[in-house]
Amino acid sequence: MPPPPHRRTGFSRKAQFGLFIGYVVAIAGMVVAVLLLAIAIVDPRGFAAIKGAALDATAPVSAGGRSVTGFFGGIGSAIGDYFRAGSQNAELRSELEATRRELMQSRIAVAENARLRALLGLAREAQDEIAIARVVGSSYDSPRRLATLSAGSADGVRIGQPVRSADGLIGRVLETGRWASRILLVSDGASSVPVRSLRNNVPALAVGRGDGTIELRTLEVGENPFRRGDILVTSGVGGIFPSNVPAAEVVRIEGDTAIARPVADPAQAELAIVQPAYQPAATGELEDAPRSVVAPPVVGPPLPPSAATPQPLQRNPDYQPALQDPQPGTFARPPAAAPVPAPGQVQPQRPTQAGTPQ
Amino acid sequence: MRGIPEMNRIAGSEAEVAVFDLRRRYVPLLSTLAAILLALLPIVAATPLLPDFGFLVILTWRLLRPEIWTPRMALGLGLVADLVGGQPIGQSMLLWTAAFLVLDLIDTRLGFRDYMMDWLVASGLILVHTLGGWYIGLLMGADVAFSILWPQIVLTILAYPIAARIVLTLDRWRLMR
Repeated sequence: MPPPPHRRTGFSRKAQFGLFIGYVVAIAGMVVAVLLLAIAIVDPRGFAAIKGAALDATAPVSAGGRSVTGFFGGIGSAIGDYFRAGSQNAELRSELEATRRELMQSRIAVAENARLRALLGLAREAQDEIAIARVVGSSYDSPRRLATLSAGSADGVRIGQPVRSADGLIGRVLETGRWASRILLVSDGASSVPVRSLRNNVPALAVGRGDGTIELRTLEVGENPFRRGDILVTSGVGGIFPSNVPAAEVVRIEGDTAIARPVADPAQAELAIVQPAYQPAATGELEDAPRSVVAPPVVGPPLPPSAATPQPLQRNPDYQPALQDPQPGTFARPPAAAPVPAPGQVQPQRPTQAGTPQ
Repeated sequence: MRGIPEMNRIAGSEAEVAVFDLRRRYVPLLSTLAAILLALLPIVAATPLLPDFGFLVILTWRLLRPEIWTPRMALGLGLVADLVGGQPIGQSMLLWTAAFLVLDLIDTRLGFRDYMMDWLVASGLILVHTLGGWYIGLLMGADVAFSILWPQIVLTILAYPIAARIVLTLDRWRLMR
């Protein structure tokens, strides 16, 4: 195809000017886009209202389609069951599923019993649920693993709350609209969940790899503490996720790390349960949270400069935005490595910021 | 249309002229918007596999009909794609407009492109677009290996001929009287 005629403007001043303005607009637009991206990186909740409105507008489409695909999927599986003499098969399968869940729960109960005998009365349980909703869609064309949930702030869903299904942990709430919300799945690269192994109580950080699997990072040096088939439950550290929710199962060992698969498949989960944050102070939403509950900061990206500090942060000076995505290159540090902020300092300077030359 | 469609090549009334005009103007825009809205498909996927349909279709229109859109068209459509797809606002705006500017450059440098050349250019842009999305995700904290995106890139490149077929058909229908 020859070059398009409208790029050759000839001697017409007006046409030349129009073309020039077109390029100016395009490049200015790109600059604006870069600024918008920078704002989104510094302050992920910056455009919460706009994104929430877009979510509200688009989620019903997915929800309707989801019920249609669910209906047809149901027909397909029903026919399949019939041809495999399946009523019995299906019954057995559901029974097996239930037994598997029960087995997992009983394993959890045994481990929990042993632990509770050791530290009596220290647990702070938050078991009630805020909303039960459907997972209606997900980002299938980007490296992020985000899903859409058909419940929003009108149902009491707030940013940061954990989401689980009957099988196990799904993720946590990233953005909320009025009637829909977006979840960061545990397999997303920005998600890190404190877990522990049921077999030997080894704590680890479950970090998503973006392809449906999870990498288990442990602080221990030496022999890999995980074995294939190990089940990991949330440990409750950090105060976001409730403890003892099944999170992942180790599928293979790769050198020092272990690769696990989430126990709960959001594509299969019929319903998802939004729970309140395990310790409400962790999300910085309750002003009257007792100060003694607030743990010293364990995980957190560098704080933005005070001018760009979002509102919830200012209410609780001790709050570290563990929910926000960490900056590249900075990961969760063990509490020993983090310097204790000076008392009375409202904006604690982080080591990454302090290290940069002024 | 009245009568035999093939015979009825000339608009019979003012209304028909208006309909033809609307169709000629808005089919590219509406088809691209439809492709962007495909991101709402109720698929819950564990790994990125399916193409970014919006980018594929806008790229195909741009390669097939360079004259209908200036680069700033990609800005608005990119904003829609960002709002629908849940990326950080600005990602598609930036990447799509940059792709349009690169294509303008290629058009001024290159005297002639045929179908295979289009496919090659599209493949390069798809690769760069995915890389850009991955890097912005990295800045946002999603620390994933780029290697998990190769299946999606390959599938998107293989989907280009199909998209080109569909867009060609739409274009022919758009210009048909």
